[in-house]
Parts: sequence; structure tokens; C-alpha cells
Amino acid sequence: MSLLQQVITIAIAAVTNFITRWSPFAIFTSSKKEQEELSPFIKGLGDFLPAAIMGMLVVYCYRNVNLLAGNHGLPDFLAGIITVVVHLWRRSMFLSLIVGTVSYIILINYVF
Amino acid sequence: MKNKHWENFRFALTTSSPVFFGYVILGLGYGLYMHNLGFSFWYPTLMAATIYGGSVEFIIATLLTQHFNPLNVLLITAVVGFRQFFYGISMLTKYPRHDWRKFLLLFGLTDETFVINYSLKVPAGYDKTTVQAWITLLDYLYWVLGAFLGGFLGSTLNLQIKGLDFVMTALFVVLALEQFMQEKSHISSLSGVVITIVCLLLFGKTYFLVATLLLLVGEYYFLYRRHQKAGE
Repeated sequence: MSLLQQVITIAIAAVTNFITRWSPFAIFTSSKKEQEELSPFIKGLGDFLPAAIMGMLVVYCYRNVNLLAGNHGLPDFLAGIITVVVHLWRRSMFLSLIVGTVSYIILINYVF
Repeated sequence: MKNKHWENFRFALTTSSPVFFGYVILGLGYGLYMHNLGFSFWYPTLMAATIYGGSVEFIIATLLTQHFNPLNVLLITAVVGFRQFFYGISMLTKYPRHDWRKFLLLFGLTDETFVINYSLKVPAGYDKTTVQAWITLLDYLYWVLGAFLGGFLGSTLNLQIKGLDFVMTALFVVLALEQFMQEKSHISSLSGVVITIVCLLLFGKTYFLVATLLLLVGEYYFLYRRHQKAGE
């Protein structure tokens, strides 16, 4: 690939990626409907999706875990459970993140 | 409050600190990855600054080593970035529609920034949009910094803490848990987890997010119609 082709490749990716983020605002808030309320369906969808997306992203983080081979993802699941337990106990985000991550580092380097 | 700007910034700095660790570590990994593909540090740095989307950048890095195929680049970026369209829909009521920082807020709508800015609660006296804008900008800088460091230090960097990237997983786990404890109905949270697992098993790592999001919209459409009928 020439330098120009590389620049074009990166530019296409950058513009497309931006469009995926910006288009909802462009579609649902511009033009003559600007002053009107969002349609109840879109508004409801906006309220419904976030919780599902957060669940989805948790699963996404675990997508590379192989249940059938290696350590069966045990360090990932154990550290996840530890994070949840610590968070339910103290409900301090910072503490949960530190304990969860440190326990993962210990598990993956020294236990499994 | 004596210095409002400073306070808003400090609040954003604290709130975005988990992303700092996550992005610098992931960015380092990404920079090193491109270094290993044979690219100078300019590539990961500039790609981080212009594309600003972790998974897209990893894929584009490998595409750069292959034959020039612009249509392929467009399709892959659209598929991988598809979920961000739904972040935008969810942020329609959370971000201002007319504000000069709108471009920044939407340009920087990554997974992590979305999750943090969506669930953001600011104490009285703070300006929410300003804090959100600072968080967006800070997250962006963390990512570009990480990508630069990874590419620049390249092979000379031998200090690697295996497993530190779990901070990102822990962040999502905690935020999902917080969401779960605060919501009245768990139908959305549970659907998200269950449908994603099913789609991962059925469609594999490349397409499961797209499939999940389409099914979630379908599910909401079904619930919406049922609710409408009940109200008639």
C-alpha cells in the first residue's frame, strides 16, 4: 500500500467511525422536527438500551475466555466475582476496581 | 464555589481515572501491536487521534498491511462501530442538542465514555455538560497518550504487568452492577446479558454485537407495541 492509500484507508475509517457516533443526533434532532419532542418510541428505546448495553459490554469483555481449554477462564470469573462482592460490601468504585484488578493480576501470574 | 472551571475539571479527572489506567494500558498494547506490524509510532498515534475507536484501530492496523480495499474498510468500520449508533440514541436526552461542545461529545463517544457519561451524576454547583465534555476530552487524551507510548517505546519497553487490562472489565462489571441495583425492572439488563451470550455462541466474535443490538431493538419494539395495545 502506498502512503496515499494508507492515508485514504485511515481517513475512511475515521469518517465512518465518526458517522456511527454522530448520526443519531443528526437524524433525530435536526431539520424541522427540531422543536418537537422526540418520538416516544425513540425516546423509550434510549431509556431501554443502556442497561442492556452495559450487560452486553460485560459479556464483551469475556468474549476471549475459552471455557473448554486452558484455565477455563477461572481467573477472569473469580476476579469478576471478587469485584462484585467487594462492590456490594463497600460500594466504592475505586476500591472495587483496585481489588478486582489486583486479584486478577495475582491469579493470572501466580495461581493459574 | 470559588473556581467553577477548576472544580468541574477536577470532578471529571476523578471520575475518569479508571479510564486513565484502562486506556493507557490498552493504548500501550495497541501501540506495541502496530510496532510489531512494522509501523512507526506516528501510525498508532495519528490513528488513535483521528479514528479514536480501539477495536476499529486494531482491525485497520492489519488492513494496512494488506491490499488497498476502501470498500472493505468502510464496511468493517461500520459493522464494528455499529453499536455506537445506539449509544447516540441513548444519549439523545443526556447530551445537549445545541452546544458548541456537541462535536467533541459525539466524536468521543466510546464504550467507556458512554457508560461513564450516561450514568454520571454531578453534585449541586457542578455543570453536567461541562463535566461530560472534560471526561470525553480526558479519555481521548489518555487513549492517544497510550497509543503514542506503545508505539514510541516499542520493543525497548520490557515492563509489562500481565493482567492489568482487567481494570476495563472491572469497570464495566461495577457500572453494570450499579445500574442493576438502581433499576426498577431488570428486563433490559438481563436481556443484555442473555442475548449477548446467545449471540456470541451463535454468531461468533465478529458479528455478535451487531446481532445483539438488532435483537434488543426488536425486543423493545415488541414491548412497546404490547404496552401500546394495553393502553388502548
